[in-house]
Amino acid sequence: MEMDNVTFGITMLICGMGGTLLTLWIMSLVMGVLRKVFPYKKFHKSEEGN
Amino acid sequence: MLDAILNGLGGLLAGFQSLEWRSLVMLVVGGVLLYLGIKKDCEPLLLVPIGFGCLLVNIPVADIMGKEGFLRVIYNMGVDTELYPLLIFVGIGAMTDFSPVLANPVTFLLGAAGQFGIFLTLLLALALGFDKLDAVSIGIIGACDGPTAIYVTSKYAPHLLGAVSVAAYSYMSLVPVIQPPIMRMLTTDKERKIVMGSVVGQVSKTTLILFPLVITVLGGLIAPKGLPLLGTIMLGNLMRESGVVARLTKASENEIANIVTLFLGLSIGATMSGGAFLNPKTLLILGLGFVAICLDTVCGVLFGKVMCFLSGGKVNPLIGAAGISAFPMAARVVQREGQKYNRKNFLLMHAMGANAGGQVGSVLAAAVMLSVLTGMGVIPH
Repeated sequence: MEMDNVTFGITMLICGMGGTLLTLWIMSLVMGVLRKVFPYKKFHKSEEGN
Repeated sequence: MLDAILNGLGGLLAGFQSLEWRSLVMLVVGGVLLYLGIKKDCEPLLLVPIGFGCLLVNIPVADIMGKEGFLRVIYNMGVDTELYPLLIFVGIGAMTDFSPVLANPVTFLLGAAGQFGIFLTLLLALALGFDKLDAVSIGIIGACDGPTAIYVTSKYAPHLLGAVSVAAYSYMSLVPVIQPPIMRMLTTDKERKIVMGSVVGQVSKTTLILFPLVITVLGGLIAPKGLPLLGTIMLGNLMRESGVVARLTKASENEIANIVTLFLGLSIGATMSGGAFLNPKTLLILGLGFVAICLDTVCGVLFGKVMCFLSGGKVNPLIGAAGISAFPMAARVVQREGQKYNRKNFLLMHAMGANAGGQVGSVLAAAVMLSVLTGMGVIPH
């Protein structure tokens, strides 16, 4: 059955905008977790050989 | 013998005799694109081949977009197969540093808000009588991302490729002109003066390497139809961050991207024949493209205001305008605007986070869109 333009447009608006926001929010959470699990460590050069 | 000579001379005049007014107008359009690229430095890497492709295709009789014409071969090779935008994405991934967004993951959300213009413009296009897939291709101009717009349009509305590509690239280069008035209109003087602290913390190499992998798998599972877009940009980024394939990274961001850009530009120009390009729809598409970029900025700044409110006034809403894909141009616009109101304000790194978020956001918005379209049965599985 052919979907009318209004239904199509509203569905795209809700699922598209909502889906994009939700996906990026999930990704931001995952990135936050990754940062916590693998924190930045400053590397110190070995003084050996200096 | 005289007849033979006249016929021979007639062959030299065939081009002039077949010249239509549409071709003449398009020759001027091609000239304008070349002028913008060469004299105004407006996206020259694309506008020069597009403008020249436009000239070539509008010279009658030569038929270089005919079945065996050389532009047709180039077009079929990479636009028909969707290969050109994907190869460009590998290069973009190899050039993009995602550490600002990883240092402050919440700016990812600004990258989402900056894509809302896509869906609002899609609604407008439908209201103006475009059919569904045409409206999708027009809306995607709002991704502010040339390769994404070309990928979606060449797949679902190839007859609009010329207009959509020209709109996408032209407005992208006009971001420094389009955005500031909207940013000023939607924010108060007090908000524009908000000083944001420095971006806290650095990002470990492991996180930088895991980022493209996680985004590919997660994004691919959520929106599988957009995996080619997401996968290629993340492949380029993985090569960059891993640091072990420097030759491939260098080739992706230089040689491959350059060659593909040339072929892509010529192919887009080749779709701009007078008969196909000169119609009221093209003007409407150019207008809707402009609206799309404006709406992206409006939604981004409004979302920035929401974040400002939720954070108790710690977020400067101007950075919301950087949540689009024009990288790093949009971030620089934010920095410049912020400094106009407070010379001690350095918003650049925050805006770069939103901008990098916008880069991923535009690809994801297209991916989500394609998957929703598949779910609704508008495009085949």
